[in-house]
Amino acid sequence: MNTPDMMRDDNPFAPLRKDATAGEKITRKSLTAWQDIWYRLKGNKLAMFGLWVIVAVVLLAIFIPVFSPFSHDTNELANKNAAPSWTHWFGTDNLGRDMLVRTMTGAQISLFVGVMAAIIDFFIGIIYGAIMGYFGGKVDEIMNRISEILYAVPNLLVTILLLVVMEPSLTTIIVAMSITGWINMAWIVRGQMISLKNQEYALASQVLGAGHMRILFRHLIPNAMGPIIVTVTLSVPSAIFTEAFLSFLGLGVQSPKASWGTMISDSIGAMTLFPWRLFFPAFFLSLTMFAFNVLGDGLRDAFDPKLKK
Amino acid sequence: MVAFVLRKVSFMVVTLFLLASLTFVLMNVIPGSPLQSEKATSEQVKKNLEAYYGLDKPMFERYITYMDNLIHGDLGVSMKKKFQTVERMISSSFPYSLRLGLVSVVTSVAGGVILGTLAALYHRRFLDHFAMIIAVIGLAVPSLIMGPLLQYIFSVKLGWFSVAGLKGPLDYILPTIALSASSIAVIARLIRSTMVEVMNGDFIKTAKAKGLTGHMIVWRHALRNSMLPVVTYLGFMIANVITGSVVVEQIFAIPGLGKFFVSSIIDRDYPLIMGTTIFYAAILLVGRFIADIAYVLVDPRIRLKGGKAGA
Repeated sequence: MNTPDMMRDDNPFAPLRKDATAGEKITRKSLTAWQDIWYRLKGNKLAMFGLWVIVAVVLLAIFIPVFSPFSHDTNELANKNAAPSWTHWFGTDNLGRDMLVRTMTGAQISLFVGVMAAIIDFFIGIIYGAIMGYFGGKVDEIMNRISEILYAVPNLLVTILLLVVMEPSLTTIIVAMSITGWINMAWIVRGQMISLKNQEYALASQVLGAGHMRILFRHLIPNAMGPIIVTVTLSVPSAIFTEAFLSFLGLGVQSPKASWGTMISDSIGAMTLFPWRLFFPAFFLSLTMFAFNVLGDGLRDAFDPKLKK
Repeated sequence: MVAFVLRKVSFMVVTLFLLASLTFVLMNVIPGSPLQSEKATSEQVKKNLEAYYGLDKPMFERYITYMDNLIHGDLGVSMKKKFQTVERMISSSFPYSLRLGLVSVVTSVAGGVILGTLAALYHRRFLDHFAMIIAVIGLAVPSLIMGPLLQYIFSVKLGWFSVAGLKGPLDYILPTIALSASSIAVIARLIRSTMVEVMNGDFIKTAKAKGLTGHMIVWRHALRNSMLPVVTYLGFMIANVITGSVVVEQIFAIPGLGKFFVSSIIDRDYPLIMGTTIFYAAILLVGRFIADIAYVLVDPRIRLKGGKAGA
């Protein structure tokens, strides 16, 4: 007769000895929520492409003006409207200024405006929205009415009005854009607060005697970070677009500085003769907006896998 | 429903009032008189001009006059184009903008619905990716680039369309594309994501089980239920088209209101800026109002307090 041990050695179909603890063994590294999100984002090729494009544009915007032999405001009148060449990769404009350096200083301005506007929206929106959603009741009612009225005011028109009467400068543009820009963020945070404030961990924290501020900033807002980050990412391209739009109308940054919008508006008249003057700023503006949009979409999917396509 | 409409209308009135007050204050806090830039004038001429524009009266009185005139539809007189009233300038140029705007709104909805439906029906197949690439391009390339680009390719290089102006129906094509590209993109994405969900719904399975044809299911059931987010987007789209038209009219040299708006900004023609701003704002608010009403009418799930639909 075979012993059970021998059977296992000889018979390939014999059941293995079960180890009750093996099923519970953690074989892979456990991921934090943020690692998990990063992992999902990495799987999204389009979003990663957007991320790398943004990184590349930022690096180009920082380093090209530093290392280029030209500056964004040196005129070279003998060499104006030159086509792209080895000396001037992107050609020159109507005053003989190097378009490569101008496009990249334009990138600095456009990105700065976009990011600053997004940051201001972020802070005002979170504070206003958190107070609205968390405290609810009369406070919510009144603050919501105020934001609704502000929202009903066409934001681009108000921005234009302010820019017409104020000194045109970068600060003015950012301030003017922020006046109505934060409302969307505030509403998103409000919605999050309303759904999160009755969750068990918030109640537990309250029972343990935590104050409003601690519950809000330690528990609720960190848990609402997903939608907030998505909104911030998507508000950058819209701010960049608004800036380009205002510069196009002649209300943006003033010469010799130029954003993408200014360069586009300057070059439209000469489009048929010197198309490169339009092409490069237009290309980078579109590329950046594309990158932020796909990154925002990717982040949305990464934060909320249930929503995925 | 009545309460809802009343609330929305009162909001509109409050907003317009605030905006008009804001424009008035802004117009008056600018240092110096708007007439300062005029050529050297004698003291008497200056006095007369000030009296003509009502600048010699105290600010509060002017505010009352301004508001009173506004209520009666009088937006004042342009400062740069002598003796032209603002409302005449608006009424002579607005029809161009309105026609272009309406064509663009219709194009946006039609284009977006077609693109989004195709993407949803061919989910994760070639047509879906193709439609979504078009949509992302539409989103990333703003009208102020799309306009010159289309103009360069189709008018200058290929010579298919006239470069500028709005004379024949063909001239509408390029401005319309430039104006509706971003809205088409947004609507296509909205339709796609809702329709993918809707197509898995029980009522679609029922329709299939009943033996309805694919077309019937898509048009009668799926699309209808996917239109809700689009209706929500209508308000934004109207704003989009209006602001876009400012740029597009400039690019294609269309004698619409947008072009006046730009030229008034460049000329610092304050009464004209204020007039066009308030006019644009009024259109925008009416557009949003219509979108709100449409939303309530389309979605039977929304029950309004005091309405009969509730039961």
